[in-house]
Amino acid sequence: MSDTDSSKQPETETKPVVEEQDNLPKFEKEQSNRITEKFGSKTEIAFVKPDRIRVNVKKEDILEVASFIRDEMNYDHAESVTGVDFPDDKEIEVVYHLGSYTDPKLSRQVLSLATRAPREENPNPGNDSTKLHSLREVFYSVEFHERECFEMLGVFFEGHPDNRRLLLPEDWADIPPLRKDFAIKGR
Amino acid sequence: MTAKLPPGLQLEKVDERIMTLNVGPQHPGSGHMRLIIQVDGDRIVACDPDPGYVHRGEEKMAEYRNYITNIPHLERPVIHDSCNILYPYCLGVEELLGTEVTERAKYVRVISAELNRIVYTLYWLAIYGIFLGHSTMFMWPAGDREFAIDLLEKLTGARVTHAYFVPGGVRNDLPANFEDVCLRQINYLEKRLKAYADIFYDNPILISRTEKTGILSREDAIRLGTTGTVLRASGVDFDIRVKEPYDVYDELDVHTNVLKNGDSYDRSKTPWLDILESCNIIRQALEKMPKSGKVRAKLKPNPKGGDDEVFKRVESGRGSLGTYIVSRSKPEPYRLKMSVGSFRNLICMPHLLKGEKLGNMPAVYWSLNYWPVEADR
Repeated sequence: MSDTDSSKQPETETKPVVEEQDNLPKFEKEQSNRITEKFGSKTEIAFVKPDRIRVNVKKEDILEVASFIRDEMNYDHAESVTGVDFPDDKEIEVVYHLGSYTDPKLSRQVLSLATRAPREENPNPGNDSTKLHSLREVFYSVEFHERECFEMLGVFFEGHPDNRRLLLPEDWADIPPLRKDFAIKGR
Repeated sequence: MTAKLPPGLQLEKVDERIMTLNVGPQHPGSGHMRLIIQVDGDRIVACDPDPGYVHRGEEKMAEYRNYITNIPHLERPVIHDSCNILYPYCLGVEELLGTEVTERAKYVRVISAELNRIVYTLYWLAIYGIFLGHSTMFMWPAGDREFAIDLLEKLTGARVTHAYFVPGGVRNDLPANFEDVCLRQINYLEKRLKAYADIFYDNPILISRTEKTGILSREDAIRLGTTGTVLRASGVDFDIRVKEPYDVYDELDVHTNVLKNGDSYDRSKTPWLDILESCNIIRQALEKMPKSGKVRAKLKPNPKGGDDEVFKRVESGRGSLGTYIVSRSKPEPYRLKMSVGSFRNLICMPHLLKGEKLGNMPAVYWSLNYWPVEADR
């Protein structure tokens, strides 16, 4: 048994590395090049994988980049908006996963647009520096996703028409629950 | 005055003509959620959905459990569709760990996912029937659903919460004689679905109640980012099984059901067409499936993903279901986000109910194929 196991494991580990080097996804590369050509050093392409691109932007530029992605690249809706807490970096990352219904070429693609907001040790959601510009004017479909992100991570979205609680109870008085310092009892 | 209120609560002024109604969370017509509806006479002037009554903190729990122990609790949001809700998670973990799935396991996955879609959709259809006052349409799908559940019970050992998908394949192989029983049930179900059309979809009373109510135009469906049956009923040809095929869906002939009008009738008919399509897919998959082989790849104990992230999506009974996993070289995911169809379609509710008659509320609300527990996660 142990012989067959050891012979199998190296195969699965080396395979993905070889694949990525051999065939770089062409279409995705073109897409990411369009963004870097337009914005240059303002954006950073985090990765280009088959069907997936990730673009990191500074929080000041997010509206501009998102408008370009909608108007010039034909992405038309948000699949999800995720907040990720990084206490070590003192930042909270917000990732928009964008997709397209109208452009058949993009139907396989999901573009992640990520930005980071400063994080405070003692959060006061809505009244501290953890703020980002809302993308609701650009992608209408982020409305409820951003509301969820606000209550779960305390990222206030400026320009969002309806920054109320959505899933949490109205009288929730603890810190936003998806932050890393909010611990589950007994774990 | 507002400064003294606890955080999250606010006061608002309301017009004298306007009456505010709370539909739910205990109201049988709302599911586990609340709709705050403002009516002027019989007309709804504003609707504010208030979900969260069945919020379980799935995403938080996932950060404390490793990739294998996450399986049983992640399927809880939709126990009737538990294979599909685990599907993107398993695909994502496989990509993170670099695990290969065998051909037979892929086919078994497709078959069980489609059976689960049938179970979920029949359950939804039963609820839709009873809320339109059509009690036969409650009894029939609820009864016929048992045959599909029996099949899944034979396959997985549990009636609803299967925990059948694991990263690397499925938990166990098909039981003896499964193919024959499955084919027989599918044939029976197809016959029954034709009878549903006679009694329900061609029923003039149902048509008069649902046609031209809650119309969602094609442009709005795209702008609001809706998904699944809601999107396809509004004339957008988008099904992830066809557009971004996962596992073996690219080897099967999958037809996307698209209807044009975008009203409650079309939204309620698309899931019914989807069941027929599922029967078709299962039949193809049973034929093409390799007759023997392993169904589960061996994983290392307590596997760790690299410093990577992955976003995978599948087509569930309620539309696109995505799982975003951020991994930081630990046995547990650093962050796990489920992007679910019900939550994405929630945004339609204020949009569609505005200007509608109060009596049409259940017909519009349930046509959205909305599952409150899934939306809350």
